[in-house]
Amino acid sequence: MSNTLSRRDFNKLLLSGVAGSALGLFGRSNNAFASSKRVVVIGGGFGGAAAAKYLRKLDPSIKVTLVEPKAVFYTCPFSNWVLGGLKTMQDIAHNYEVLQNKYQVTVVADVATALDVNKNQVTLKSGKVLGYDRLIVAPGIDFKYDAIEGYSESVANSVMPHAWQAGAQTTLLHKQLLDMKDGGKVFIAAPANPFRCPPGPYERVSMIAHYLKEKKPLSKIVIFDAKDSFSKQGLFKKGWERFYPGMIEWRAASMGGKITKVDAATMMVTTEFGAEKGDVINIIPAQKAGKIAVDAGLTDGTGWCPINPVSFESTLHPGVHVIGDATIAGAMPKSGFAASSQGKVAAAAIVRLFQGKVPAPPSLVNTCYSLLAPNYAISVAGVYKLAVGGIVEIKGSGGLTPIDASDDHLHQEAMFAEGWYQNISLDTWG
Amino acid sequence: MVVNKKIRLIASALCLTAIAAVSTMLPSDCNAKATKKAVTKQAECSPRGEILSLSCASCHGTDGKSAGIIPSINGRSVEYLETALKDFKAGARPSTVMARHTKGYTDEELRLIAEYFGTLSNNK
Repeated sequence: MSNTLSRRDFNKLLLSGVAGSALGLFGRSNNAFASSKRVVVIGGGFGGAAAAKYLRKLDPSIKVTLVEPKAVFYTCPFSNWVLGGLKTMQDIAHNYEVLQNKYQVTVVADVATALDVNKNQVTLKSGKVLGYDRLIVAPGIDFKYDAIEGYSESVANSVMPHAWQAGAQTTLLHKQLLDMKDGGKVFIAAPANPFRCPPGPYERVSMIAHYLKEKKPLSKIVIFDAKDSFSKQGLFKKGWERFYPGMIEWRAASMGGKITKVDAATMMVTTEFGAEKGDVINIIPAQKAGKIAVDAGLTDGTGWCPINPVSFESTLHPGVHVIGDATIAGAMPKSGFAASSQGKVAAAAIVRLFQGKVPAPPSLVNTCYSLLAPNYAISVAGVYKLAVGGIVEIKGSGGLTPIDASDDHLHQEAMFAEGWYQNISLDTWG
Repeated sequence: MVVNKKIRLIASALCLTAIAAVSTMLPSDCNAKATKKAVTKQAECSPRGEILSLSCASCHGTDGKSAGIIPSINGRSVEYLETALKDFKAGARPSTVMARHTKGYTDEELRLIAEYFGTLSNNK
């Protein structure tokens, strides 16, 4: 998709506003008071699964089909705890049985390969075609493998995992850490913004450091960062100095942090300061919207999907809603919590649009916990609303765990992190 | 790129105008009347209260029923919830994240959230 709109699209946008019909802005006004209410959801992660469940919960007359190839979904949240030895893969595994049996969502184990937005049809890999009245696309992320010379999907699957989609990738990185000798060097490459889970790479460093401190205390971790600052930086650095002194080195982009090239055969990474050899190399590449969003023309020049923030309906294709990491959602980070919040807003909007009513103005929330050590967690929270120009954080709300928080406070946050994971998992798949 | 940005701005500005124009005519029921086949019974509520409250479930559980250490808000009275939320906001009740969250809402919005969960619990 080019990064400019055609004149036809521009006129369509203008006309929908000038016509004076509020519903016109949400596309497919012919579906107002629709007798057929079929929604197809592509992707069964935090956003897609929550949208599917809440559509059924809010209006049981809507027929919902969820397209997700994986029978078992492993979450990125808490996958770092697996690397730290505090959780198992089983602890982060979820399936679609409750959505199917309790909420009567039709779950189709298949991959969406093409959209026909004019015919309102999704084509699946099996050749099956699904018709819809409204479509929700929740494809998560895809990787820009070619942004680093020498890196590729096959290198990620064999030698230098990204582990930024949980499952086999998490298991591979975990095994490499278990196999590494004491005194080894772990390299972690963190990408430039925007990317999935801004504090995630640094929680991962903390959890790997926890494992190394217990089992391989002579080892070191080097973070090669493609940016000059990162999420919750002060809080992470404070925790690292306390729990893992001398073990973690963070290199900013301007201090030789940006990796331009890797060599899988020799386990070398190259920055502008030269080449270095690592024992375990975790490359978290730059990212873009999931493949189906790109293929269907839902992305703009940024590689992400522009949306109408009231309903999360695509500004490029009416009738198609995009939620989660794939979207451009203003001040909201790309997180499981944000995706869930957006999924519910989209579901509530679709319920009202089917009734021929205008959706309520959105209210969106995010909270991200990061565990630095057992019984020591920090968080960032945000409450968001719609303002001119898009989704903004509400002034005076949200923010970080205080830098001078007591040990009791940090311990409580660690317990709440577990409570959050338990409840959001049940709220999404349970 | 620049053109695209402008269009996006225009689009969002139009949205806001549209919302402002219709928000006063929103009917009081949020959803399609739950049918007999309803998966989960849903109380009648304001659409604004509903949209404000759905995110709470991510930490407090679906319908405010928590499985773990985070307190359940299902089954609490409207008065209890409203007082608790306003106390978090004022700093009168200690918290880890609740002060940060409640500061994102007006007192009226906190009341709508309290009503949403309070009413849910009365209509289980």
